[in-house]
Amino acid sequence: MSRQSFRSPLARALGLGAAKSGAQHWWAERVTAVALVPLCLWFAASIIAHAGSDYAVFIAWIRTPLATSCMILLLIALFHHSALGLQVVIEDYVHSGVKFVAVIAVRLCCYGLAVVGIIAIVRIAFGG
Amino acid sequence: MIKNETTNGNSTPARPRPLSPNIQIYRPQLTSVLSIANRVTGLILSLGAVGLVVWLSAAAAGPRTYGVIQGVIGYWAGQVVLFGCTFAFFLHLCGGIRHLVWDTVHGFELRSIYISGWTVVAVSIVLTAAAWTISLFVTGWHQ
Repeated sequence: MSRQSFRSPLARALGLGAAKSGAQHWWAERVTAVALVPLCLWFAASIIAHAGSDYAVFIAWIRTPLATSCMILLLIALFHHSALGLQVVIEDYVHSGVKFVAVIAVRLCCYGLAVVGIIAIVRIAFGG
Repeated sequence: MIKNETTNGNSTPARPRPLSPNIQIYRPQLTSVLSIANRVTGLILSLGAVGLVVWLSAAAAGPRTYGVIQGVIGYWAGQVVLFGCTFAFFLHLCGGIRHLVWDTVHGFELRSIYISGWTVVAVSIVLTAAAWTISLFVTGWHQ
């Protein structure tokens, strides 16, 4: 009698084993990091250029198509990267059942904050 | 009845068990310190990102709410936090670029690791100083 594998053909094809996932998390962290390098440098330079400027000037800057687009892209990349990074920290230090809850809570908070930030930008860009 | 001579009543061993070397035992090295720093700055910047959303929401709410937030940032404690976030930002940015270079399987020789490590530290300090110096000049220019 030949030895039979208890793994399903699909599980064997996916080849993920006990890790449950492949390189998606690692890869997404790198892709968001690559996106964040120019976006963050642009953001930092813009904020420095607007240091001490009044509300009207700041709003006028956000309303330019470049600033509106880049701010939304920044918020998406930033909070996606943040969620991925915080997940690793939680997985490294939290070992109880709290881990499962904490990872989900952090991810939901990050996505929620990204949406709140994007709405703020859109309100400034298209508001009266 | 056999008496266990290696343990006392409190079940603590007479001779301390050997410990595997961990973070409290190792002498801090640039490599380990920067590794931890990248993680800590990531945590700080995640909190900073919450501040960014609060700041943008205040700007969307109107000039009065924005003025309150600008007042908090302008207060000395706000400036200290912002300065810390600026340094954390540049350290995480430079450290992140170092990691992206490593991902291309370059710069793993011990010498390269120390050169890139000290470069990250130096560039972060220079960029933080430059960002604040230019900001102060621009602030004076706007007012």
